[in-house]
Amino acid sequence: MNNIELIFPEIFISLSIMFLLILGVFKKDSSKIIHNISLLVLFITAVITFNETLSINPTTLFNESIIIDYLSSFMKIITLLAAFVVLLISSNYLRTFKIFKIEYPILILSSVLGMMIMISSNDLIVFYMGLELQSLALYVLATFNRDQLKSSEAGLKYFVLSALSSGLLLYGCSLIYGFTSSTNFNVISTQFNTNEYAITFGIVFILVGLAFKISAVPFHMWAPDVYEGSPTSVTLFFTMVPKIAALTVFIRFLYVPFLNLIDQWQMILVFLSIASMLFGAIAAIGQKNLKRLIAYSSISHIGYALAGLATGSNEGIQSSVIYMTIYIIMNLGFFSCLLMMKRNNIYYEQIDDLSGLSKNHPLLSISLLIVLFSLAGIPPLAGFFAKFYIFKSVIEQSMYFLAIVGLLSTVVAAFYYLRIIKIMYFDEEKESYDKDHNLWLKLSLTVSTILILMYFIFPSELIDVVSKINII
Amino acid sequence: MNFPILSSLILLPSIGALFLIFTKSKSENKITAKYVALFTSLVNFFLSIYLWFLFDQTTSAFQFVEDRIWIKGLINYKVGIDGISILFIILTTFITPLCIISVNNSVTKRLNEFLIAILVMETFMIGVFCSLDLVVFYLFFEAGLIPMFLIIGIWGGARRVYSAFKFFLFTLLGSVLMLVAIISIYWITGTTDVVQLYELGIETKYQNLLWLAFFSSFAVKTPMWPVHTWLPDAHVEAPTAGSVLLAAILLKMAGYGFIRFSLGLFPSASEVFTPLIYTLSVIAIIFTSLIALMQEDMKKLIAYSSVAHMGFVTLGIFTIQQQGIEGSIIQMISHGLVSAALFLCVGVVYDRMHSRLIATYGGIVTIIPKYAILFMVFTLAALGLPGTSGFVGEFLILMAAFKDNFLVAVLASFGVIIGAAYMLWLYKRVIFGKLINSELKKMIDLNKSEAFTLTCLAIPTLYFGFYPEPLINTIEVSISDLIDTYNFSVVSKQ
Repeated sequence: MNNIELIFPEIFISLSIMFLLILGVFKKDSSKIIHNISLLVLFITAVITFNETLSINPTTLFNESIIIDYLSSFMKIITLLAAFVVLLISSNYLRTFKIFKIEYPILILSSVLGMMIMISSNDLIVFYMGLELQSLALYVLATFNRDQLKSSEAGLKYFVLSALSSGLLLYGCSLIYGFTSSTNFNVISTQFNTNEYAITFGIVFILVGLAFKISAVPFHMWAPDVYEGSPTSVTLFFTMVPKIAALTVFIRFLYVPFLNLIDQWQMILVFLSIASMLFGAIAAIGQKNLKRLIAYSSISHIGYALAGLATGSNEGIQSSVIYMTIYIIMNLGFFSCLLMMKRNNIYYEQIDDLSGLSKNHPLLSISLLIVLFSLAGIPPLAGFFAKFYIFKSVIEQSMYFLAIVGLLSTVVAAFYYLRIIKIMYFDEEKESYDKDHNLWLKLSLTVSTILILMYFIFPSELIDVVSKINII
Repeated sequence: MNFPILSSLILLPSIGALFLIFTKSKSENKITAKYVALFTSLVNFFLSIYLWFLFDQTTSAFQFVEDRIWIKGLINYKVGIDGISILFIILTTFITPLCIISVNNSVTKRLNEFLIAILVMETFMIGVFCSLDLVVFYLFFEAGLIPMFLIIGIWGGARRVYSAFKFFLFTLLGSVLMLVAIISIYWITGTTDVVQLYELGIETKYQNLLWLAFFSSFAVKTPMWPVHTWLPDAHVEAPTAGSVLLAAILLKMAGYGFIRFSLGLFPSASEVFTPLIYTLSVIAIIFTSLIALMQEDMKKLIAYSSVAHMGFVTLGIFTIQQQGIEGSIIQMISHGLVSAALFLCVGVVYDRMHSRLIATYGGIVTIIPKYAILFMVFTLAALGLPGTSGFVGEFLILMAAFKDNFLVAVLASFGVIIGAAYMLWLYKRVIFGKLINSELKKMIDLNKSEAFTLTCLAIPTLYFGFYPEPLINTIEVSISDLIDTYNFSVVSKQ
């Protein structure tokens, strides 16, 4: 086994989890130090991934069940960095709710480990293993604020529905195994010629399971409740990190074994995409809670990422990856603002709580303004370019209907983003919020805002990085 | 040309805005903020005048072209001007400082932010008129929504939220289809560079749909009947400076887009859809003029008159004749000056009496005579009296229309008559008549800055009315070249 160094990141992170668990058991009041070590672990893992695996040719390990290529390395780095930032900016929030415990960083680390396995999986079993590892950690994270009814409800809801979708997914796996006699993606791709329709059933079940994980319509019902109920820092984690992993599996699963069946799954993806874009945009209009609103908004954004995947081309995959990357930055900006809305140790999360924010907090509100316009996809902000790349690849495949529906739903979505801006800028002010924020929180807001605002100056850089992703 | 003069024109206002961010908004510093903004916009104005001097009127090729790689292998940042665009740039740089001078009275809160919004707006507006790449154009075209939304929403009148939303969503809805069309053009021809597209041409079978997609965007922005309904709302609720920018420049983006893109890129589709444009234009001219007659709110009346005037512009553009397009451009410039001035005039009385209703006023000619004189000049210019710039444009457009389609021209001429009716009636009701409202006696005549801005607008209005040569000389070659290529491609495809 001379390629073992390629999974050093995973090995390192699992050893660290074990070490931190032991440390947490034996050392008292160790939550702060574990928090810091976890940050370090995430960062080091990202560095290892960057150094060891980013620039190598695609390699498979363990009887072809794990694949290390540019896509997996890139997505892993994004996952690790996103988790790093989440951990970095959530400490104050956790302290306020007195849930600054050792379990929190360890759970995040284990879910990240699960995601890294998912991202690298080239085999249905490995993929399922990673998925369950990350999901189990996420259930606990959702209920992390267990004194609050809503948080427990969120976790339970997430658990029950997620278990259901995992069941569907496993059923799909077994169908595919039954008809191709293999769980390996590469083997499946050579085996399925005989029984196309039976395999399509398997694909559909697996797609349902995956669509559930990324909360695409019509498998989105859990998202608003779970996002609203979970602690805000966990919601931030939910809206970004698991979606990267699930999207990578989406790409790998559809494009490696089943590219030849594109006629079968393309329609499903187009439907998922259109339904998510439209439903997310329309349902968000009536929301009063910011976390619920961002849940619907993330549903709608996932619709755009799926539109890129539905094209069946390399450009489409790349545009989806770009979309997710930019979406993560925007989301980070949004949640940084949300985490700053604190007054007398109470966090506010209703839209009306933003009323007149611009008078007391001009900088905070201008950042949120930029983030919101970017989420709405108005040029010259980064969100526009994300959508632009998606529609460019969609129109390349002459899928005009998808493009037009997508763009029309941006207009609908613009309405609710504008509503937040309206409340922030046009309405009367309320009491001001605390101003002594965590340095990291301020930094993450500033950096994400500047990235969004200045993206148009260097748009080529991200494309250059992403254009090395080559699946087909 | 090594010095990137167009990029500096585009960027300069934003740099000024950046400075303003760091200017403290304490009460004693409000003057400083205003001077910073004014200085920036004036520098920009003189730069654009210098540009006009450097501009070569004898060629229709694009000048001062800058071409940089922007998104590698996909889009170049390309800007350049020809005779069609330069006048709009000068109009923009001319109107912006006047807007900034006029904020004195109308904007009381958050002056800094207001000035920043106006300067950023200027960047986007100049960008629209310079860009020679469809994506860059779209970028500037759409980006202008953000500052305008904020200008209407934060500093607007009572129904500002409704108007801001309506403005934003209407224009966004119109524009998204244009984005689809732009990306389609990229995949059909392999480029979004306007100059290359002029040479390559777009296959006839695609043109109709693409034309419609562009039309959906420009029609909303122009605005043409029946999608004009956002304009009266936006105008009425926007602060004076916002209305001025909206009427004087934002509406011209669409007219410019029709000439540059609809005619230039899709000639055979333009030929097909000319009857549609004629119909909508005539309806706009007559219908909205009649609506304007009924208005009780001064700003609303001028807003509807804008729709009617833009009806003339679209009519003129699609006659596809030298006089018609020249007339349209002069009409747009003239309307830019005159509608800006009219909104400022309304702003002047609004600041004093806090009412835009015509019924509030009457018989103020003896109280504020200077105002009455200047208002008179612009009223007459708006109805197209010979000797004002409004006449030149309308005359050329109608002349071209008579050549092309007698019925349309006759109907449009009716619009001129109704236009004269509502403008003169407005003037009569506001300025003349009996002084019923005794409050009006307290009104003070124009102060220095108001008199200055209005005079600044009156001079070119009259000057170009008597002597439109400089304008026509600038645009002549570009337009005749545009028409030649247009006719050539239409004929060759038949």
